[in-house]
Formats: sequence, structure tokens, C-alpha cells
Amino acid sequence: MSTNTITTQKVNFKVFRFNADEDYLPYYENYDMEVTSEEVVLDILNRIKWDHDGSFSYRRSCRHGICGACGIKVNGKPTLACKESMTNMIELFGNELVIEPQSKKRAVKDMIIDKGDFWEKHDAVKPYLISDIDENPENEHLVTPEEADRLDDADLCIQCGACHYACPVVEVNEDFFGPAAFAKAYRFEIDVRDEAHDTRLQDLHAEKQGLWDCVKCFECAEACPKDVNPIDKITKLHQRLFTEGVATSNVATRHAVGFKHSIAKNGVLDEGGMVLYSERAAVVKHIPLAFNMFKKGKIVPPWGITKSENLDEIQKLVKSSSTAKF
Amino acid sequence: MEKLKYALFTGCTAKQSTPEQMMSTMAVAEKLGIELVELTEASCCGASHLQDYDDFLSLVLNARNIAYAEKHGLTMVTICNTCQLNTAMTKHRLDKDADLKARVNEKLAEVGLEYKGTSQITHFLYAIIDDIGLDKVKEMVVTPLSQFNIAPFYGCHNIRPSELQNETHKTPENPYNPTSLDDLIIACGGETVDYEEKNKCCGFHVELQAPHTSAVLAGKAVAGAMDGNADWIVTPCPLCHLKLDTQTDHLSKAVGRDVALPVLHMQQMIGLALGCSKEELGLKHHVETVDFV
Repeated sequence: MSTNTITTQKVNFKVFRFNADEDYLPYYENYDMEVTSEEVVLDILNRIKWDHDGSFSYRRSCRHGICGACGIKVNGKPTLACKESMTNMIELFGNELVIEPQSKKRAVKDMIIDKGDFWEKHDAVKPYLISDIDENPENEHLVTPEEADRLDDADLCIQCGACHYACPVVEVNEDFFGPAAFAKAYRFEIDVRDEAHDTRLQDLHAEKQGLWDCVKCFECAEACPKDVNPIDKITKLHQRLFTEGVATSNVATRHAVGFKHSIAKNGVLDEGGMVLYSERAAVVKHIPLAFNMFKKGKIVPPWGITKSENLDEIQKLVKSSSTAKF
Repeated sequence: MEKLKYALFTGCTAKQSTPEQMMSTMAVAEKLGIELVELTEASCCGASHLQDYDDFLSLVLNARNIAYAEKHGLTMVTICNTCQLNTAMTKHRLDKDADLKARVNEKLAEVGLEYKGTSQITHFLYAIIDDIGLDKVKEMVVTPLSQFNIAPFYGCHNIRPSELQNETHKTPENPYNPTSLDDLIIACGGETVDYEEKNKCCGFHVELQAPHTSAVLAGKAVAGAMDGNADWIVTPCPLCHLKLDTQTDHLSKAVGRDVALPVLHMQQMIGLALGCSKEELGLKHHVETVDFV
């Protein structure tokens, strides 16, 4: 709103409450409050504590979007409480707002969660410069502005956990590093002073914990209050696995590379051929599914595929424009 | 009103694993008075996987597809969320980076093509909403779907990243509270089901390398729709359709309860409301039987 006058609105807050020491299950407490147009979400958390219930617990510190302590969710939207305006929240969700911690299953007390998994993943990607430092250097190690630009805002991360706890894979697979750790790994991987070479990348290539388990949902890009865009870094790290020669042949890498071969052959994808190319002998496990789909006319055999018209153009471009090797 | 005309980028699944999607797209276009010029020269968009391997090649291939839409002087319409993402993302990147655009055009020149940036790219769902309007759709409904509770499943790549939404649509929707598909259900006379997973990921893209993760995400989505008392799910994305429809035994095992619902393409839902026959909409091509028509 671009008006200078302060307006107020009645809002019903449904607030997640839980004390791991006392409660068997979490519950939701209702608070009806008049909210002014200049308040941020953190003001509401403060008012709940100061005016309604002194036991209400949450993390806060800088109040300037820098410390990353006050990450919560409002109606499922990852939110840095000190940065998100109430006007935006009401515009987006209406006058009933649900206030929850970043991860309900990791809740310790109200908005406070056990962020141990976040830090464990963060530490696991070697989030520091690996370099043989000359302790008595003759000259400073210059980094050009162009080289610094390659960090592409990955260094702006404030470790608030918004992307990590927005990631659906983190929720399902406890080994998965998650988007924050990947963005951090990228920040050092791309630093010209770093000499980790492929030791960090090899961890990122590992099954279950690594990059290949990313579902490409873009939740992390939406969640980040600093526009770090973790999925963009994840994609660039994927590409780096190939350019640095770290990628080994597995079902995921063959799946990525297989698209190029399929496009070169038909223009369009050969869906069945792609599964076979990616899985190799393990393709047998897909036979029951393939049979069910075949019965419903959902499988086209390789000889039945309608190739793209002007296929010669596509083939020429695949040849001339390829930049990666595997 | 002049007849609406678009260049149709079918994507690969509409020609292979979801023939019903192609059939219903054409049937609904005819009912709505839309002319679709199929881009038969188009290649696969890379499905976000080629992009992990060779970014530049994927840009060149997608720019070529768009160049064909530009040759027709038409807006490109997609019928797959992931095609929409990769095509619109290519346009987004080329339009804001003149150097990159020049490098891509250098390659396209080898085959006598040029990417200019003159064609808009929009998913069929938004073409219907933005260019025809839901009021018009509502007027044309002959069989209101009033006896059905319908669970919308938006699919990630239509609603995220929001920067593409903001560039592409008259009324961009927010990924945390999308409304387009709900509005379409209401226009078709149906009852919408609100559930937590409606704007979440179906897990399709990791089906091969992380089958458990993939099945849990899809299973939770179907379970959420069922708990909301849905009769069926509707989605604008054929990849979400495949994930939710074709392997409910896997999904059930992954989430520890029986989950299964018919999963219709949004074109099929519109078609039912506009009086298309079940043959025209290809309803026999579903693994979870569509037995209510």
C-alpha cells in the first residue's frame, strides 16, 4: 500500500503451541488482534508474548533481516518474521493467519525448533575455503570483480533455514544435504581461491545425500528472503559435476545425458528408451508399471514415435552447440 | 471477437504416455473456438534434466522451438508445466542478456533461424483464463460438474519460480496461495477441495534415482486430496498426472495406506463440463479407472 496513513485490521491468528517437556501433542491457540499496516510479523510475535502469554517462545535478535534467527511459517509460507510486512500477509492470505515453526516435527517450544540437522548438513559440505595458505605472503591474493560476480549472491545466505525447511526432500530423506548446504557449497566451489578440487564435489555427487535427489520444485528459490536462489546453484553444481569430471555413470547422470541422445535421435523424447538408457539392467523393475500403462495405450514403441520435423536442424544444433562431455 | 490462435508446443508426453491429454486439448480448443497450430518441428524441452548436463545446448534447443512460434507470429501455448518452465525460462534469460541471446542466435543462424523474443509463452490453463475468461467458460458449460468434489493439483513448474509468473500473466498468482485451477473448477460447476498438498511437488523428477522420495511426495498428495473428500484430482501437468495416476500401488506402500483417485487433465475437466464425449477426452487411457462418466 502506498498510503501514508496507518490503517488497522482485525486478524485472527491461529498459533502453533508446543512444549516438548510438557505436551504430548501440539495444539493451536487463537488470538484476535488489531493489526496496523506498518507492523511486521515479528511485531505480532512480540505482542503475543507481551500482551497475551509470556510463555510464548520464539527466536529473535537483530530485527534487520541479517541474523536469520526469526524464520517461521505463515500459512505455510516461509517467512523471516522481522522482514515480512503484515499488510502483505493479509493481502495474500486474508484475515485468518496460521503461525507455525519452520518444521513442526522439529519443534522444541512453540516457534523454536531444533535446527541441528541444518547445521550438520551445513558443516558436511566443507563450508570454508580449502587452500594452502602461505603464511608470509609477498602479495595479496587478488580476486577480480568478475571472479567475485561468479558467487552470484550465494554469499548473501544468512542461514535462516527458510529454504532448508521448505524443501520437500529434506522432509522425506534425512540424508539429503538440502538447498542451503548446496548453495553454501557452491559459494566455496566457485571461489577462485578454493583448492578443494573434486573432494567437495564428490560428496555432492553421492546418492541420497547429494544433488541428484533434488526434485526441482523451486520451493527453495521462493523461500529465500535474500534471493540466493538455491536451485539455480544446484543446477550449476550439477553442470560442474560434468565439467570437472566428477560425475560417474549412475541412473541420474545417465538420465540427464540421455536427453541429449534422445533429442539427437528423434528430436522428441523416446520415453521408454530413456528409462532403459538410464536404468540399464535395472529396467526390469519398471516392467509391471510399463505393462499397466501399455494396457491403457500409454506406451508408444520406439518404431511408433513421431520424430520432430526438420530433424536435421536439431541434429546439427546438438552437434554444434554441445558444451558438455560425459 | 477474432478467433484466438496459438502455436501449440505439445511436449513429448502428449504424444506418448498421455495421449488423452492431446485428444482433450484438441477437443476443448474446438469447443472454445481456439485454433491451435501444432509446432511439429519442436524438439523436447530438456525437461530440466538436459539443463543439468548442458545448459547452453538446452537454451539453443528451446530458443529454436520458440523461433518457430515467432515465425507464425503467434503466442506459444504449452500443455505441460515443465515445458512451460523450460521454454519461459529460456525466453526470460535470453531477453535480459543480449550477449547470451547473440551466442544462441549465432548457433540458430546455422539452420537459418533466429530467436527474436517476439512471442509470448503461456500454459493453456492461463491462455484460457487470460484470453477467454472464466465468465465465458462458465457461460458455455452444458454439464456442470456440480456433483463432484475436485482436488486441484497445481504442479510446481506453473507456479514457481514466481518471477516467470509475474512476467507471463495478466494476474500473476502467488505460489503460496494459487487460485487459477480452483477458479476453473468453480467455473465448470464443481466444488473445490482445499488441501495442504495442492501446491506441492509430486516427486516426478526423481522417480528413477530416488523412487522412495518420489512415491512419498505423490502418495501424500493423493492422501491429502482423499482426506479432503475429493472424488478426483485435476492437474494442468501431464507429469504430475503420470506420477499420481499410474502407480498407486507404489504410492500406497510408501505412505502406508491405500491411496488412489482418478487424476484428470484440466483439459478433460473442461471438456466434461462443455459436453465432450468420454471418447473425445480419451478417458480410457487412465490407469486409475475413470468410471464416473
